[in-house]
Amino acid sequence: MLARGWSWRHGGRRAQAVAGLDLEVEPGERVLLLGPSGSGKSTLLAGLVGVLPEGDAEDGESAGELLVGGAPAGARRGRAGLVLQDPESQVVLARVGDDVAFGPENLEVPREEIWPRVRAALDAVGLDVPLDHPTAALSGGQKQRLALAGVLAMRPGLVLLDEPTANLDPAGVVEVRDAVVRALDATGATLVVVEHRVAVWADVVDRVVVLGRPGDEGGDGAAVVADGPPEQVLAAHGDDLAARGVWVPPRFRTRPLVPAWRAPTPGEDLLAARELACARPGGPVAVRSADLVLPAASCTALTGANGAGKTTLALTLAGLLEPVGGAVVATGALADGLGPSPWRWRSRDLLRRVGTVFQDPEHQLVAATVEDELSHGPRLLGRPEEEVRRRTAELLERLRLTALARAHPFTLSGGEKRRLSVATALATGPRAVVLDEPTFGQDALTWAELVELLRELVDGGAALLAVTHDADLVEALGARTHHLEPPDPAVPLAPRGDPPPPRGLARWRGRR
Amino acid sequence: MSAGAASGRGTTGGAPTGAGTPSASTRGTSTLGGLAGDVRSTPLTRANPLATLLGGLVIAVALLLTVDVVSAGVALALELCLLPLVGLAPRTLLVRLLPVLVASVPAGLVTTVIGRDSGEVLLGAGPLTVTEGSLGLGVAITLRVLAVGIPGVALLVATDPTDLADGLAQRLHLPHRFVLGGLAGLRLVGLLVAEWRTLALARRARGLGDAGGPLAGTRVVAGQVLALLVIALRRAMRLALAMEARGFGVPGAGRTWARASTLAPRDAGVVAVCTAVAGLATATAVVAGTWAPVLG
Repeated sequence: MLARGWSWRHGGRRAQAVAGLDLEVEPGERVLLLGPSGSGKSTLLAGLVGVLPEGDAEDGESAGELLVGGAPAGARRGRAGLVLQDPESQVVLARVGDDVAFGPENLEVPREEIWPRVRAALDAVGLDVPLDHPTAALSGGQKQRLALAGVLAMRPGLVLLDEPTANLDPAGVVEVRDAVVRALDATGATLVVVEHRVAVWADVVDRVVVLGRPGDEGGDGAAVVADGPPEQVLAAHGDDLAARGVWVPPRFRTRPLVPAWRAPTPGEDLLAARELACARPGGPVAVRSADLVLPAASCTALTGANGAGKTTLALTLAGLLEPVGGAVVATGALADGLGPSPWRWRSRDLLRRVGTVFQDPEHQLVAATVEDELSHGPRLLGRPEEEVRRRTAELLERLRLTALARAHPFTLSGGEKRRLSVATALATGPRAVVLDEPTFGQDALTWAELVELLRELVDGGAALLAVTHDADLVEALGARTHHLEPPDPAVPLAPRGDPPPPRGLARWRGRR
Repeated sequence: MSAGAASGRGTTGGAPTGAGTPSASTRGTSTLGGLAGDVRSTPLTRANPLATLLGGLVIAVALLLTVDVVSAGVALALELCLLPLVGLAPRTLLVRLLPVLVASVPAGLVTTVIGRDSGEVLLGAGPLTVTEGSLGLGVAITLRVLAVGIPGVALLVATDPTDLADGLAQRLHLPHRFVLGGLAGLRLVGLLVAEWRTLALARRARGLGDAGGPLAGTRVVAGQVLALLVIALRRAMRLALAMEARGFGVPGAGRTWARASTLAPRDAGVVAVCTAVAGLATATAVVAGTWAPVLG
């Protein structure tokens, strides 16, 4: 691929997403593309695969040249294949074989040639399932490998990956990375991968290219800030990259991401699970018998493989799902005058007691501006207007969101949304906070900010429960880990610790 | 039956045939059925979805032409005999059919009370009367809802959406961009159900979960719908991008099909059986003298 003075401006934006990019990648090269958010990495990939809108100036404008294999990018579909971040939105069809065949079909590959290609592509990514296996039954890592197979079946000379492992657990990350390497070895295709987590790809690629933000410091306006073998680029720019949010391995940077911290001594127990069994409404039992305690001023990490029921357990502890066996017990210090069972509390009573941060921030955003989002909880609790305003301003400042106070929450970037969703849970000052994968897909800067925020909470006496795969987070918070095994049907379900109030005849009998 | 299905599917699933058309044999792996549990392979589930669609249409049209007890009753009796061909366990099938069963009763009751009166008055309260005529009409309507609804739902369950899309695009030559776009979109609907539930949990966490007044409740639900729409739209856009990146939707471009949508004698059989059900029901009603056209 070759970019010569290539620029792109999205329709409706004033600033250019990519400005004057000069970059040449030789056939067979494996390139890791780094850069701060807003440096146009994803735009470049979209341009290479030929899915940027063309024609109207309203849709966007390009300048310069962008060539793939000597021809303008996108002139021939299928020369470059793209795998995106979200596993869910890349599955096209219901059966594995059909999904892989989708690309070749669009390229008008003759039928008798399609199926051998499908099998070869599935082999290359190591996805060993029958062709009629339902795609809905695949794990996140498998779905990403399926997407990769779908791309390989088109026999592209250039494979483009846009943060393909950001939404996966550590096992899934390795699984996808290895599949990529195996596929490249088999096909000799060129690779360009965009990823924050350098450590995952550093050993696999032979070149690292760092893009700058158009109009950023550097002055000369060069789109490429650094370019060279991984060791060399990381050694020369480690600290600089880390400061821009890139996950640089520790040996290439001189400063730690977060300062050292001493976890306080845990206080009294606030929330506990006793032989707790939980399930989504109408779903199978995800956790059969869990026992754990959340003391004040401490953090507990909930770990375990996909499908072990971590999220279900966390949401049940947070009082959002009804236990199906055993009990969630809130001690007097947390319940503050209410019964011991958070599930029975009113939604409004939860605000002051248990805060929840969902895996996808968009799920829990309910207001039209960032400011309202933060004042929503305190207002519902009827706090004095003056106090609400002061607290909101404080949180905005603390999270560097003041400039965005009037923006619609859905328009924020991924990192901003994450900070906001954590802040909404903290605004009402709950004593227990449950977080589901709070650091998933975040860059190093947002990660460090989250750690600082959560440390403050623990110092302030809160009991934290974090569902996480992030070993760095566990270490940074000095968290105790509770490992969850997938449900074992042999484990009997305990009776409900807080049986539902008897109704009708049963109640009448009970009275007698 | 099931052994045949297993080996049939194997053509695409395992044994590398190299060339060849594994398509016809992939049928019977219904995705909808897959959600419902195991679908046994039967001549019906292996038929081309276009045939089942046409068959269902024939029965529906024949029964909607007339309102009488005999035609609907005969059709219903025949349909019940054919139900095992759907390939679902009785319990699963019952759950799928429940909406039809539930809907049929009120439809008949309403007709009984407010339908055109004739004959002896059996029950009366002001303008609401139940007469011999309206009672007959009510029963006929109930039977009709069942006789049209049961095969409708049953044929839908036996139909794999992917195979239907193949049929629509390859056989009926509907524009493949629409057909495949719709098919891919259909898959997102299932995801939205899970999203909706999570949104509801998140609203409880944000203090909006208490039953307030109707006004407050409406506002919370409206916000939740809006959030779902935004999330759905984003997801759809990402899916569209992923499909485009795989060469889909180039204006004017052609397309090959990995699975051939083939028509076999079995498909003619499905249409013939459905036509026979419709014909027998109509003929019996005509002979019995109860056939009463709705139009004219």
